[in-house]
Amino acid sequence: MNDFSIVLANLFRAKLRTSLMLVAIFFAFLIFGVLAGVQNGWDNIGNSGADNRLVTTNKINFTQPLPISYIDRIRAVEGVEKVTYANWFGGFYQEPRNVLVTFAVEPETYLDIYRSDFALTPAAEAAFLADRTAMVAGATLAEKNGWKVGDKIPLNSNIFTNKSTGKRVWDFTLVGLLEPAKEEANPNFVLFHHKYFNESVTFGQNTAGYALLRTVDKSVNAAVAEKIDAMFANSPAETATDTEKAFNKAFASQLGNITLIILLVVGSAFFTILMIVGNTMVMAVRERTREIGVMKTLGFRDGRIFRLVLGESLLLALLGGLPALGLAAVMLGMIRQLVALPGLELSPPYLALGLLFMLALGLITGLIPAWKALRLNIVTALGRQ
Amino acid sequence: MGALIDIRRASKRFVKGRETITIFDKLDLVINEGDFVAIMGPSGSGKTTLLNLLGGIDRATEGEISFGGVRLDQLTEGKLSGWRAANVGFIFQFYNLMPMLNAARNVELPLLLTRLGKGDRARRVQAALEIVGLGDRAKHFPREMSGGQQQRVAIARAIVADPKMLLCDEPTGDLDRKTADEILSMLQLLNREMGKTIIMVTHDPEAARYASRVLHLDKGRFIEQGAMA
Repeated sequence: MNDFSIVLANLFRAKLRTSLMLVAIFFAFLIFGVLAGVQNGWDNIGNSGADNRLVTTNKINFTQPLPISYIDRIRAVEGVEKVTYANWFGGFYQEPRNVLVTFAVEPETYLDIYRSDFALTPAAEAAFLADRTAMVAGATLAEKNGWKVGDKIPLNSNIFTNKSTGKRVWDFTLVGLLEPAKEEANPNFVLFHHKYFNESVTFGQNTAGYALLRTVDKSVNAAVAEKIDAMFANSPAETATDTEKAFNKAFASQLGNITLIILLVVGSAFFTILMIVGNTMVMAVRERTREIGVMKTLGFRDGRIFRLVLGESLLLALLGGLPALGLAAVMLGMIRQLVALPGLELSPPYLALGLLFMLALGLITGLIPAWKALRLNIVTALGRQ
Repeated sequence: MGALIDIRRASKRFVKGRETITIFDKLDLVINEGDFVAIMGPSGSGKTTLLNLLGGIDRATEGEISFGGVRLDQLTEGKLSGWRAANVGFIFQFYNLMPMLNAARNVELPLLLTRLGKGDRARRVQAALEIVGLGDRAKHFPREMSGGQQQRVAIARAIVADPKMLLCDEPTGDLDRKTADEILSMLQLLNREMGKTIIMVTHDPEAARYASRVLHLDKGRFIEQGAMA
């Protein structure tokens, strides 16, 4: 037997009470773990993008289009190496809730700019370029929807109407699957020809949602952005050019202040747990007043008693919190397979933060009962029945 | 045998509100090594308070208390804890075993305060349990044992670190006569065979018969009655 055995025996002497506290702590840390993973995914969106890629959007906001004629003018700007463009399609498959991240793109330039992020086989790329009704999709996305290369796939849009049918549906042929070319890339989307889109929409012809360009070097980014925006100043569609990272971050922030939401949810959960566990620990130690008195009588020093009680609350926090973070990591892995959010994982900094929260929970909830035990007068303790 | 405990002009007073309650005043007492002393007296006479002073878990308001030449009244709380662990075994009326630990682990508790290794501790625990006749109940928890058996475990816990002195506060107060006699015989054996100095507080004249010396504490003074058995 050692001090740890005593801590363990004390912790599990009231099994139901301890189990309930463990469950409460478990769920608090499960919430933390999953939300920290989501936050990490959001952070990742903000940090994704190559250093030498810029995005030009309409200055009003990125939902407003740019004339397609701007693309060639941007291509002529000094320091610009490659330009492509894309349009948000607002796609879904079969059910509106089955949202697909779908872009109408200029395939040759788009694939070229993103070659370092995701890859198609040469045969798939050739097939994609050859057929204007072709589409390519992320391999995970295709698997999730049961698509195979060669399948005819009808995609719906919640924005545009196909003027050839009068319906909001377009027919595509899946000709290739996009695979990530680097670890942090997650091509969980659909790409198809902008030309096909442009000729069949009922409004917004000859426009693009945004232009994406690669500069010759990141050192010229600022100068290039300034030149582009100056070029279109005072035009009907003024532009705003920024780095791809800044654009992604701004896009993510449109969906709400995720950090604040996560902070509020996690904060509420932890405050509740702090109250429950703190109160229960105070009561549990109070019930043991006489036993603590006996241990002191036997010769256990105040400091050791303090450590034994504090060790109990720390062990409780770790036993409840560690499995929760483990399960959160597993759950995030499963969710990552379903949604297009790379970085949806419990990253080391958030894992460390979780451990820090566990230690804080253990210390805060254990400090008062441990201090009371330390200060306990033996004669008073032995006199209490 | 020489004096083990020497109390000189010890007083104990409590302040309760505006009132100062004197438990005893300028008490003198010498207890020799190897004595089996029973302290009797009416409720509130200060028997348990005296036992607490002897065990170093309470302090006298004034006066000197020495144990083997060591002035307990001059030790810090930390040193007093160390002194208790090395020199005193406590036996309580209600056993005071840890309910979440089995008999062996209860007995092992005082040994956690020593430098003994796991093997040595296990051997000492088994020996102590054999002495009290519970060698086969090591894995049993307090709730699985009778009052008498629990008190035996408490005695094993008190002797396992081989202290010089055992302090017993009404050790048979919660037991039937037959079991009480068994426990008292065991204490007598520990006194006679192992040389333990035993100081026992009791209300029970039958229990006091097992002691070699009986002190009656009343109104803060001792009346020595000598051996009853």
